[in-house]
Amino acid sequence: MPPRGSRGALPPLLLLWALAACAARASEITFELPDNAKQCFYEEIAQGTKCTLEFQVITGGHYDVDCRLEDPDGIVLYKEMKKQYDSFTFTASRNGTYKFCFSNEFSTFTHKTVYFDFQVGEDPPLFPSENRVTALTQMESACVSIHEALKSVIDYQTHFRLREAQGRSRAEDLNTRVAYWSIGEAIILLVVSIGQVFLLKSFFSDKRTTTTRVGS
Amino acid sequence: LALYFHIGEREEKCIIEDTPSDTLVVGNYKVQRWDIHKHDFLESAPGLGMFVTVTSPSGEVLLSKLYGPQGTFSFTSYLSGEHIICFQSNSTRFAVIAGSKLRLHLDIRVGEHFLDESAIQTKDKVDEVNVRLEHLIEQIHHVTREQDYEREREEKFRKTSEETNSNILWWAIVQTLILISIGIWQIKSLRDFFISKKLV
Repeated sequence: MPPRGSRGALPPLLLLWALAACAARASEITFELPDNAKQCFYEEIAQGTKCTLEFQVITGGHYDVDCRLEDPDGIVLYKEMKKQYDSFTFTASRNGTYKFCFSNEFSTFTHKTVYFDFQVGEDPPLFPSENRVTALTQMESACVSIHEALKSVIDYQTHFRLREAQGRSRAEDLNTRVAYWSIGEAIILLVVSIGQVFLLKSFFSDKRTTTTRVGS
Repeated sequence: LALYFHIGEREEKCIIEDTPSDTLVVGNYKVQRWDIHKHDFLESAPGLGMFVTVTSPSGEVLLSKLYGPQGTFSFTSYLSGEHIICFQSNSTRFAVIAGSKLRLHLDIRVGEHFLDESAIQTKDKVDEVNVRLEHLIEQIHHVTREQDYEREREEKFRKTSEETNSNILWWAIVQTLILISIGIWQIKSLRDFFISKKLV
């Protein structure tokens, strides 16, 4: 809550903060999408705002999902089937509620974990220029450049974390598959080869009895 | 609080947050109920609340509380890993009978790297830069924690890969030995059999 300071300055400051908060939002959510399920998200966007939707599948099956982005009129802005990772930037052509959906309906029994990051608008400047008479001081511009660098560090970190999670998920799948298939193969090998010998022995046993009968 | 999705009246929807240890996670939500008469989502439905449950990676429940139709919840992660945040409304009606669904607005912030605008409204220039610097230092700490967590996970990943590698090698050797010994046993067994049956 903003501090209850000078009452005269408070409403415009609140308005500024509210505008800044509306202008830039980033929502990132990781959720589990069960098999044959579809999950939709909605966001109200003002006209002219530049937005970016980015998604990645972290675990599950072939690590792919269907994604679809529609504008308030129902026009499909972006539609991709069975994608593992993608990033889509668009500018909102009109006010309204935009909808984007992730679908796992093509999969029969694999759950997928999907991460998406929906960025609306640009970030507000660190030092707003409304109530200043001079240019940014050196301290302030240093702050601004550190802030930008850290934002991109955090962004890269997130991407790396997702890729590492995906790689680890694949490696764990591979490990369990190798273990089970190896055990299965060894058992089949034993069963088949012992069975072969006994089957062969049984062929010769029958023939022996018939030849003795014919002989006597 | 702009991003929203639909959730059934008795349905539980969960989201996953993969965070390092000692990280503060703050969540803001707002829930609206669909009104059949007005054919719109009510701005606020009295009596409607949400159960928020947070489960740590070890299965321990960190937070389980009932909040009102709008609320803020936060928790600090003790372990690093996947924390599961679940939402379920306290409504006793069933969606099939009532024909209503809920709209859940959600905003989750991980780590301290969100700008606290209210603290910036100070007249003193030095204070403002001070506050910004503190915020940046907090961001850097968050990056460091994430990197430590990444190191833990890379180690786990490497162990899994090495285990797969040794598994493949070990099982290939075992299978080859089984094959050779079974082959020898087969030939011996058949030869003894044929000799005993006086075919050879």
